[in-house]
Amino acid sequence: MSEISNSSILMSESTDVLAPSERKKSAGSFVKAWRSLLKAKWPLLAIVILVVVTLAAVFGPAVAPKDPNRQNIVARLQPPMAENRAGEVEFILGTDGLGRDVLSRLIYGARISLIVGLTAVVIGGSLGTSLGLIAGYFGGRVDDVIMRIADIQLAFPFILLAIMFLVVLGSGVWNLILILGIGQWVTYARIARGQTISLREKEYVEAAKALGAKTNSILFRTILPNILAPLIVIASFNIASVILSEAALSFLGLGVPPTVPTWGAMLAESRDQLLAGRWWLAIFPGIAIMLTVLSFNILGDWLRDFLDPRLKGLQ
Amino acid sequence: MWSYMTKRILQSILVIFGVTLITFVALHMGGDPTYLYVSERASEEEIAATRAKLGFDRPLHEQYLSFMGGLIRGDLGNSLTYRTPALDVVLERFPATIELTLSAMLIAIIFAIPFGIFSAIKRGTSVDGGIMTLAMFGQSIPSFWLGIMLILFVGLGLRWLPISGHVPILQPLFQGDVMQAIKNTPKALPYLLMPAVTISLFSLSRNARLMRSSMLEVLSQDFVRTARSKGLNENAVIIHHALRNAWLPVVTMIGLEFGFLLSGVVVVETVFSWPGVGRLVFNAINQRDIPLVQASVIMFSLVFVVLNLLVDLFYARLDPRIRLQ
Repeated sequence: MSEISNSSILMSESTDVLAPSERKKSAGSFVKAWRSLLKAKWPLLAIVILVVVTLAAVFGPAVAPKDPNRQNIVARLQPPMAENRAGEVEFILGTDGLGRDVLSRLIYGARISLIVGLTAVVIGGSLGTSLGLIAGYFGGRVDDVIMRIADIQLAFPFILLAIMFLVVLGSGVWNLILILGIGQWVTYARIARGQTISLREKEYVEAAKALGAKTNSILFRTILPNILAPLIVIASFNIASVILSEAALSFLGLGVPPTVPTWGAMLAESRDQLLAGRWWLAIFPGIAIMLTVLSFNILGDWLRDFLDPRLKGLQ
Repeated sequence: MWSYMTKRILQSILVIFGVTLITFVALHMGGDPTYLYVSERASEEEIAATRAKLGFDRPLHEQYLSFMGGLIRGDLGNSLTYRTPALDVVLERFPATIELTLSAMLIAIIFAIPFGIFSAIKRGTSVDGGIMTLAMFGQSIPSFWLGIMLILFVGLGLRWLPISGHVPILQPLFQGDVMQAIKNTPKALPYLLMPAVTISLFSLSRNARLMRSSMLEVLSQDFVRTARSKGLNENAVIIHHALRNAWLPVVTMIGLEFGFLLSGVVVVETVFSWPGVGRLVFNAINQRDIPLVQASVIMFSLVFVVLNLLVDLFYARLDPRIRLQ
């Protein structure tokens, strides 16, 4: 069970990546990464998209043409590029049922997606990696307990648990981040554990031990840097899936408070306007989610190929 | 085999126990759960009466025991909106959800396997690139958005398929009326198609990618080279040698698929107003019908755990290495 039910994205990815420390870490590797990016093209485009989304999230108030929550009953449900009486285009992507500017809401929506995606992955990643390091390094009973808990969590659909908690605790950015973060730890723990087991007998770990290094320092300074590569790859895919989960939960009304614009909530609101043919309310937030998620997925794919030469031969 | 079976069954029981514990803890995490059951304007007396009625004034471990006792008897409390046992409300809608999930699974398998194989055989060509680009998109599109887009273009624009509605197939079947089920099938398909495609797209894409990489791995192995150098034609090599070995990871994935798809239905049923458990959960969330949410989560988890168990046992029969680990 444990080996089989590993989370979906892992199925196709090899987990035993070559220790990156065995390769030279120098300015040369950045040049190599850059060359590989230029050659691959798609990952480069993904990075450009992610930079744009990040800029939108960071400089939202400066770049958004309107206040995203400002209601304008006179200008309700304007299609994109509609001209007002003065012949000017006031709302490039139109307005929603309350007359709020769709473009501004999209720009502000980037914030929640990125904040939730990144923070949840950082929380889940650090928690999982630490537990995985501990389980792998110490083995025995500690390992058993940690991995059994992981098995239990993998054995039922996480989104349901998230729903349960959010209904009771109430929605809010921090609850959302916490739940989604805790939902991710297992993946990291399993990879970190496997890698640690394969490294703990290596000479340089033995050497650190012989020199009297503290366990903490062995775990986080000696072993961790050498198992980082696969974890980074997973994190990239993981951000993508967390953003999708956040959108789904927001869509169900379990995300952040309704005053905060999010892409998922925008899609939920668009449902009521579908029959009336207000397509712009549904299309733009969806494209925003898709492009962001797609970019993280493409980046993950490229990182995997780049960091793991063995897999590169396959692709 | 027996020791493996016992181990797995015990593990599943542990998991189910964990699920009930977590749902119980979740309910009590936000403080006194009585407030979830009463209206905002309830008086102190009303609140106290509700608290006593639901047993929230008793010690936690006692509450948990009675919760577990209820679960074993199939009693998960009454739904606040329907005023009937929550479990009955959930079970009533289960057949519709299973119909949807099974159809989605079928689509995900039927299309993923040939696409993956084809892509692997044509590796590096534009066909391969095209299929894999599509698969990448498929894994990045939020399912509910795909649903909305299908409604918008296929349903409302082209008017090819109905945007909501449902004709039951499994429900008459469960009631023993096979003829009715068969009679309903052709009528049910148009309603089933869009939601099933929506749910399946992610899995379809993932399976295709998995099939491709599994196939590539096998194709690079020595026995495939041997088969080729024997002078076998390429089709025979692919069908008799490579495919047989490339199956395994995909079969595993397919087994787990059902549970995965099941969690996708919550959102997609809402989009298509499909009368299943997913939409029920959505409505229960909005009406803060806690017992109903709880019953749905537990039922989903039970199905998920039991399916995982069956898949593992089946798989252990196929591959002796697993049970001997």
